[in-house]
Amino acid sequence: MNQSGRDVWVYVEHLRGAVAEHTYELLGKGRELAGALGGRLVAIFLGEGVHPLTDTLGAADSVLCVEDAALAGFTPQAHASVLRSLAEQQPPRLLLFGATSMGMDLASLLSTTLRMPLVVNCRDICVEDHRIIATNQMCGGKLLCQAEIADAPAIFTVLPGAFPAAQGKSDHPPAVQRIATPVPLEGLRTRFVRLLEPAAGDVDITKAPVLVAVGRGIQRQDNLALAEELAGLLGGAVCASRPVIDQGWLPVTRQVGKSGMIVKPRFYLALGISGASEHIEGMKGSELVVAINSDPKAPIFEVADYGVVADMFDIIPALLGVLRARKGLAA
Amino acid sequence: MNPGLFGQDAALPAVVVLWVVFLAAAGLFTVRARYLVRLLRLGGSEHRRGDLGRRLALVVTEVLGHRRLLREPFGLAHLAIFWGFVVYASAFGFTLLKGLVPSLPYPMPEEIAPVALALDVFGVVVLAAVVVAAVRRYVLRPSRLKQSRDAGIILTIIGSLMVTSLASRAADPASALALAMWWGHVLLVLAFLAYLPYSKHLHLLAAPFSVFLTDLGPRGRLRPAGALGDGALNAREFTWRELLNPFACAECGRCDRVCPSHLSGTALSPQKIVHHLKEHLLEAGPILLRGIPQDGHHRDLVGGIVSPDELWACTTCYACMDRCPVMNEHIPLIVRMRRHLVAHGDVDPRLQDALTALSRYGNAFGQSPKMRAHWTQGLEVRVKDIRREPAEYLWFVGDYASYDPAAREATRAVARLMHRAGVDFGILYDAEVNSGNDVRRVGEEGLFESLAEKNLAALARCRFEAIVTTDPHSYNTLTHEYPDLGGRWPVLHYTELFERLLQGERLRPVHPLGRRVTYHDPCYLGRYNGIYEPPRRVLSALGTHLVEMPRTRANSYCCGAGGGRVWMTEPPGLRERPAESRVREAAALDGVGTLVVACPKELAMFRDAVKTAGLEGRLAVRDLAELVEEAVGLEVSRVA
Amino acid sequence: MNIAVLLNMVPDLVEDLELDASGTALDAQWMRYVLSESDEHALEQALLLKDRHGARVTVLALDYGDVDEALYSSLAKGADEAVRLVGIPREGLTKRAIAVAFREALRGMPADLILTGVFAIDDLDGHVAGLLAGLLDLPFVGVTRSVEPVCDDRVVVQKEYPGGLAAEIEVDLPAVIGVLSAPQPPRYVPVARIRETRRTRAVTAHDVSSIEIPPGPAILRLLKPEPAKRAEMLAGSPEDIARQMVAILQERGVLR
Repeated sequence: MNQSGRDVWVYVEHLRGAVAEHTYELLGKGRELAGALGGRLVAIFLGEGVHPLTDTLGAADSVLCVEDAALAGFTPQAHASVLRSLAEQQPPRLLLFGATSMGMDLASLLSTTLRMPLVVNCRDICVEDHRIIATNQMCGGKLLCQAEIADAPAIFTVLPGAFPAAQGKSDHPPAVQRIATPVPLEGLRTRFVRLLEPAAGDVDITKAPVLVAVGRGIQRQDNLALAEELAGLLGGAVCASRPVIDQGWLPVTRQVGKSGMIVKPRFYLALGISGASEHIEGMKGSELVVAINSDPKAPIFEVADYGVVADMFDIIPALLGVLRARKGLAA
Repeated sequence: MNPGLFGQDAALPAVVVLWVVFLAAAGLFTVRARYLVRLLRLGGSEHRRGDLGRRLALVVTEVLGHRRLLREPFGLAHLAIFWGFVVYASAFGFTLLKGLVPSLPYPMPEEIAPVALALDVFGVVVLAAVVVAAVRRYVLRPSRLKQSRDAGIILTIIGSLMVTSLASRAADPASALALAMWWGHVLLVLAFLAYLPYSKHLHLLAAPFSVFLTDLGPRGRLRPAGALGDGALNAREFTWRELLNPFACAECGRCDRVCPSHLSGTALSPQKIVHHLKEHLLEAGPILLRGIPQDGHHRDLVGGIVSPDELWACTTCYACMDRCPVMNEHIPLIVRMRRHLVAHGDVDPRLQDALTALSRYGNAFGQSPKMRAHWTQGLEVRVKDIRREPAEYLWFVGDYASYDPAAREATRAVARLMHRAGVDFGILYDAEVNSGNDVRRVGEEGLFESLAEKNLAALARCRFEAIVTTDPHSYNTLTHEYPDLGGRWPVLHYTELFERLLQGERLRPVHPLGRRVTYHDPCYLGRYNGIYEPPRRVLSALGTHLVEMPRTRANSYCCGAGGGRVWMTEPPGLRERPAESRVREAAALDGVGTLVVACPKELAMFRDAVKTAGLEGRLAVRDLAELVEEAVGLEVSRVA
Repeated sequence: MNIAVLLNMVPDLVEDLELDASGTALDAQWMRYVLSESDEHALEQALLLKDRHGARVTVLALDYGDVDEALYSSLAKGADEAVRLVGIPREGLTKRAIAVAFREALRGMPADLILTGVFAIDDLDGHVAGLLAGLLDLPFVGVTRSVEPVCDDRVVVQKEYPGGLAAEIEVDLPAVIGVLSAPQPPRYVPVARIRETRRTRAVTAHDVSSIEIPPGPAILRLLKPEPAKRAEMLAGSPEDIARQMVAILQERGVLR
């Protein structure tokens, strides 16, 4: 096996001129895997005019940067065909993607076109005597599946938040290799049109120091007023899990979770949120988490620092009372 | 009255005038009446024959006797006007006939002294009633009585009729005044005849039919969606009897005054539902009668005139139908229209989740069927699996009693008590599914059938003598609707069983409770099925002092959960939830700290309401079984 | 436009998941299958396209679980044809094998647009939508929230990103789309109509036993995750709890 056959590739995800946070998580883990496999860690960066962003990818041994107008807006087809061509020239040992909107598309496509085995939604990946053992999370986190990939190149998608991002961040700029696209990108059958921004003018929940998050347990739209008042007294904003957003009770900009915002407030109060993994992925970086839920078995209690098994409508009025009294004293 | 005018030598022109006026009035009346009958005939068929005796008896009590109207004091005024009308109309018939054919060999009715006396007495009584009605309508102005031009016109006509009649007899028979009054009276009556079918006073003609042709089946049996198809969107999809509702409606507002959804501020008004149907019928009728769909446009009833919000707000508590003096049938109308919405997938997201869960798991909680009997785990007594061993009673536990955490405690108490009393019982475990009572009332007829079929298949494989259920809603459909599908078993509510057990001293209260409690009649137990006494007798046997709420028994106020409402998002416009109004009513009773319930849904509904109404610590919501266990002695039953 | 909708049955999480004796598979005896949620959205997306622009919708599903329920309710909702893929066992059926089976079934079927859910909760060796697109070498976009036709042979899709962001992407037909959600929630179909459909419509069976089932990753074991560290539970009356919470917030400097 040649040198490159031991390499670990990380696909760099970026949107609106910023590298996605979980790319660093992948770089951190990729660093460890590359060490174990005796290969190099290569960040694969596709886009146009993205070169300046490579500075932040110092955790990688090198950055392979392919720039082309056709790669500017993400389409699975354009990015997959470049990746396919690169991998066919110098097959890596491991190809890592985030288990995200972009990564999901690319990994499955490449798995069939490159005939590489794939394990999706990994919570862990480790190397044991040249065997790769990946731990896939399925059934809403109720089940973990350990799968082995024999000594062959393989693709993985990794759940955001599975690994710490700190190890993937580095101050010194990496070696960057800029190349032209290895395959022609004209006449593709998918074309990026434009990016749609979320409705403007709403609160940016990623910047709020305190978040009062409501889930299904809120029951009715009018009950949001209670959460709003609580958030006001705590100096924060109200956000929600997907079911509440799907009801149309709050704008999508308030959605916390894998398909919404990733938030890391100082204090996260989860009201009537059971804690589906989709939601937990969006909030587990919070510094202090308190959860109130009537179901003692709700998974949210596994990520919370403090928990209360109760009907939220019992606790909120009491909490409002204490906070109001406190405010009265302070004033 | 004025033999000079209508005697043998009657002046011809007067007879002619009378004929002309009479023919005009009768003509107008007939044209309208025929038109209205044609409108009714747009509706589909519905069987309302048989049982003549009961039907006539209803006409006697409800029409002649005003039984329902007299539940409100102003009913008395109506009774007076009604009987005045009967007396006057009978007399007038003879007067008119004699006037039209002067040669008829009988005197004018008012020339017969007893008849004249009756006319005078009723004339005065009716006048008094008209004054009372006018004072109520224009001075007291009860907020829920709609002010309509119609009502004013009719009170004026009735008043004038009485004044003219009394005056014509009081004046010198030969005077011009008497003559004028007599003519005034006759012309007014004929004008009234012509006006009647064009106004809300059509009820005067339609109500006797509406009462006579009412549904004599049990209250708890909804007409299955049969050959007529499921939902009703427009006039043609209703039955003639359903279309009769608006003609019989007197717009008295009694339904609205007792409707928990209406009183809590939602869009629903039972009276308006009926009125909407009339509006639709008068708008769409001419187009539908012409039979050419392209020939003119009318709004759809559902969506165009009646909003889905109105339809979904109904809890099917039966208060409106129980009160309606003309025996209109609001709930079947609402369910017919809900069926239309369901057929088009037009259901709110929470309801859709519940229906999907019901069809997939047999319960609206979206939990595994295997968890249905989870409450038996760790229970002190063994609960037979009736699929494997026969038992005297099959206990149909119901969804809430099985899955709701609050209700489960009461369910366990029921199990312990039955065991303690030596009742031979078993449950279906995961073979039981939701009985479908409320699914049917939501308008999801197919799902009701499929749930019922599953239960019936499970029941048919078991050996037992009677069904006992903790859930009034299940009680209702098991008793009244499952027989149509082939399931005929005696069904008992657990309050009835407990009454028997206490009477037979199989349960002995050893700690009389002594405290003052109040009791909430569940709609599907009380109003629907008339089970008022058993729970009260149980409470009395336990040594409690029962204090009745102002709204009790047939006037009981719905908790708001029925008819599938418990599965829906709260309706827009809600001011005070029915359950909150109810717990406030209970808490206002002197010295009462316990609200006793006999329906598993109510534990959840009222306990929530106690919290939201801020009555915690003041009012405890307890299931009847919990009180029985307290009185019988908890520790005793636990070791048993 | 001809639309093929691929439906996948997945374990119902309402039931406890039990492992079989080998510890590498779920115990089928205790399993209940339900239609994958994003596939329900794929079907809704297809039906919306049919309602608004006219299309012929064919649904396909592999024969395991209560697949007939899913197929008949799809017909009741408005699909034109339903196909049950028979001939391959459920055991050891990988996502890649499912993609191969669907490719086989789609052979000779005029499908301009192939819609399926972008993922399923039991995905291990890939997501069917992307795998199939790779096998068929068709244009592909996954994680969509809407699909709208531009002209006869082109659609524009909205692909979702975190934070309410989305991208518009034009896709030439034929194509595979991995649907995350339809523009509106999946419609409700009354049980009576499903029953009627069962009486009056038929599901065609399509034998796919000839396919070569590709090997999947070797499963070492399945395990139920240990509950992570639990939160410290606060107890007492609501007022006690509120005071404890405020004390914690003060201690952590959230409240000053």
